[in-house]
Amino acid sequence: MPGRCAGRGGVSGHDDYDTAVTDAALIDRDVLERVLSTALEGGGDMAEVFAEDAVSASAMLDDRRVEELSSGRSRGAGIRVVDGETTGFAHTADLSETGLAAAARAAASVARQGGARVRTVALGPLSAHGRGERTPPDSVDKARKLELLTRADEAARAAGDAITQVQVGCGDSRRRVLIANSEGLLAQDDQIRTRFNVACVANGDTGMQTGYESLARTEGFEIFERNRVEDIAQRAAARALVKLSARPAPSGEVPVVLAGGSGGILFHEACGHGLEADHIVKDASVYTGRVGELVASPLVTLVDDGTLLGEWGNFAVDDEGCPPARNVLIENGVLTDYMWDWLRARKEGRKSSGNGRRQSYQHLPMVRMTNTYLLAGTEDPDEIIAQTPSGVYVKKLGGGQVNTATGDFVFGTTEAYLIEGGRITEPLRDANLIGNGPEVLRRIDAVATDFDVTPGTCGKDGQSVPVGCGQATLRITGVTLGGTA
Amino acid sequence: MNDLDDLAQSVVGRARAGEGMEVYVTRGTDTEVRAYDGEVESLTSADSSGVGIRVLVGGPGGAGSQVGFAWSGSLDPDVIAATLDDARDNARFATPDPHVVLAEPDGVPAAQLDLWDDGVAATPMEKKVALALDLERATRAADPRVRQVSSADYSDSRVEVALASTTGISSFRRRTNAFLSVDAIAGDGADTQTGSGFSIGRAPGDLVPDEAMDDAVARATRMLGAQKAQSAHCTVVFDPRVVSTLLGVVASALSGEAVVKGRSLFAGRIGESVAVGGVTLVDDPTDSRAYGAASHDGEGLACRRNVLISEGVLRMFVFDTVSARRAGTASTGSAVRGGFAGTPSAGCRALVLAPGARGHDEIVAAVGDGLYVQSITGVHSGVNPVSGDFSVGAEGLKIEGGVLSQPVREVTVASTLQRMLQSVVEIGGDLRWLPGVAAGQTLAIADMALSGD
Repeated sequence: MPGRCAGRGGVSGHDDYDTAVTDAALIDRDVLERVLSTALEGGGDMAEVFAEDAVSASAMLDDRRVEELSSGRSRGAGIRVVDGETTGFAHTADLSETGLAAAARAAASVARQGGARVRTVALGPLSAHGRGERTPPDSVDKARKLELLTRADEAARAAGDAITQVQVGCGDSRRRVLIANSEGLLAQDDQIRTRFNVACVANGDTGMQTGYESLARTEGFEIFERNRVEDIAQRAAARALVKLSARPAPSGEVPVVLAGGSGGILFHEACGHGLEADHIVKDASVYTGRVGELVASPLVTLVDDGTLLGEWGNFAVDDEGCPPARNVLIENGVLTDYMWDWLRARKEGRKSSGNGRRQSYQHLPMVRMTNTYLLAGTEDPDEIIAQTPSGVYVKKLGGGQVNTATGDFVFGTTEAYLIEGGRITEPLRDANLIGNGPEVLRRIDAVATDFDVTPGTCGKDGQSVPVGCGQATLRITGVTLGGTA
Repeated sequence: MNDLDDLAQSVVGRARAGEGMEVYVTRGTDTEVRAYDGEVESLTSADSSGVGIRVLVGGPGGAGSQVGFAWSGSLDPDVIAATLDDARDNARFATPDPHVVLAEPDGVPAAQLDLWDDGVAATPMEKKVALALDLERATRAADPRVRQVSSADYSDSRVEVALASTTGISSFRRRTNAFLSVDAIAGDGADTQTGSGFSIGRAPGDLVPDEAMDDAVARATRMLGAQKAQSAHCTVVFDPRVVSTLLGVVASALSGEAVVKGRSLFAGRIGESVAVGGVTLVDDPTDSRAYGAASHDGEGLACRRNVLISEGVLRMFVFDTVSARRAGTASTGSAVRGGFAGTPSAGCRALVLAPGARGHDEIVAAVGDGLYVQSITGVHSGVNPVSGDFSVGAEGLKIEGGVLSQPVREVTVASTLQRMLQSVVEIGGDLRWLPGVAAGQTLAIADMALSGD
């Protein structure tokens, strides 16, 4: 049957589909071995099959109504053949051996330099990775999920009469991946992710303001045992309400104190993307050739760590089958290493650092961050504020963007206050901050102990992946704030 | 009728008595070639397909009306059957809402648009590969200061969509697209700057490689030596590409759905002057030159020309069927959806500002002193279509004595969308059809806060 798994589980017919994400292999070992051999028939250095079976569900409550529940399923395989500097890639939703072989030949069609030869592929043992107890999303009654939405809506509206609109979303996904390559690698992972987010609009004399808060973990429904949705809703509502009395943000260069867990997006943009080896090997990063150099304040030790269990950028193997690692990128201000995927690591004759990720089976992997964070320092966060005569305190950051080649980056505030005389005073309207990565990293002069990681979605070259960002309260002596005042 | 239509109709045929159903099926082929350093870095070629099903239960349009949705990235019959079951089950959990209905044919004829070019399928892969390789090579050679071309891409797509419903909707549309794009890195000593360029068309034959190359090289090289500027309030002249992005943000505030849910800065302002008199903003997907041109919207209704702002006065919002019903009006044929995995919502596809008479150079001359902005960053983090707060990173060139002078980087420009619309100084006549939901042209806006040193 086309589009169906030939696995031992004998998945067939839609009644069984919900159980497709169980222990049955997505593709049998002998099929994988034959498909990989087919992919290399015409030559090539490496062939890889990435199979994925993903189911997702989401629900949205808007304007006091549960508007729509959505369920999605996506299942298929991406096959790449690497020959020299060239990668051929094809994908198919047909996981039968015929479908896979056709995709393998399509991917191989660019690997035509090598002469035809027979190459057999023998896969090694399956690398399996332990997981804690998780509550799979599809085992939870839909009504229970919806109850969370209603509770959050009520909590947000109760936060103040000025809250005029509340949108609550929740979603979960289960993504089972199987990766095999001609080097004998065979690995799989079963990733469960759950998210919950609240967006509020507050309306006042000065117009409307918005507040947003989210919870997202690489875990199952059990995250709601430890996190109250009412708290998430109240934080979103408070953020919108406080900005009703906000004054325009100042413009020009100002000292900035970022709150612990305010978003951590600073490091993601200021240096994270610039430390991805695909930019490095193309000399398209301001950090190219600078390993061993002081690129940041000595207070900066930056780590990318896909092993942080439960964080949004966590997994058991990356999308090339490589286990994640705790990679130290900057140590006491000195650049120590970049992040690597299989392809870029091969160029340098080294191993992947577990940073090869892709949005889905329809995408080629590339170097991506996982959970990127600055190690906590030693100072008291309140002391840092008290010792800042004037500046801006950023409680929550929104998104950001960077040009890796120049190092110039922006990140936006969604909750910020003036600091006057060492005290937090008036709220400020949203604005972007702009700086240059290496310059801003040198200007960090205080790091506190209150470390926290927050979830985000990272977009690169048209692909989105879940990531975590973390940092403790810290101060930058000067960064340009893009306000109007 | 083709096979995709037949498939959509056959699924609709499975609706139970009293049930509403809408089936969206799509099929496409994509090619992507990336050249780097004289070689093909990657080549992707793939077919994909998918289905999105909405099921209405509880008496569509009545007090008990409920909708559920499910999608799948496969047109396999068993998978479609499972998707239908999911959508049906999901519907039971929605809050009953009499506004929930499917679109019904409204008699507006669909524009006859030719958005399909057989050239995409007919062009051999070797030629597509050569387009990317040649663009990369030419860009490297274009200027001695170009020290790297980080990517040069050719891509194309063919997409067919059929939509059918129990309310009598039956539409089929198809389109092709072809792109060339290049990212250049220019260097001068320790100084590094970047620029990107692209060319778009319906088929490879429409593409103009020199257009992509010239734009990328000019944008990168003219930024060499860029410095921060002094903070000031000044007139900003935006590049057409930036204007297209900005109109995309304005578009989200013109969505009738955002308006009825109290999430638009334009809510309650129909008939008011929201911009200077020179601003006329039209969403016209029936113009085949527009990137977002379409004969039918995301619910299968005919797309139509909607005048949103006329001579500065807000005239209307764009609606899909449900948001229109909430607002007590009719759909404007403006349902958009993010492929088979998305549900319809109200949005613009092809915004165009009525062009003025003069081009870039004349506008810069007339402005005299200010800042020309060639690109912006942080739009998603710094522009809020609800509050109107606007703050973005910017790079470009100073305007001094009516001409472009010193390059400027690492600054922000800020204002509010409301104030910007009332501060438009001049709209260029240099209209460009760009990818995205809006065309672009040079646009000068007074009294922006420039934040730098």
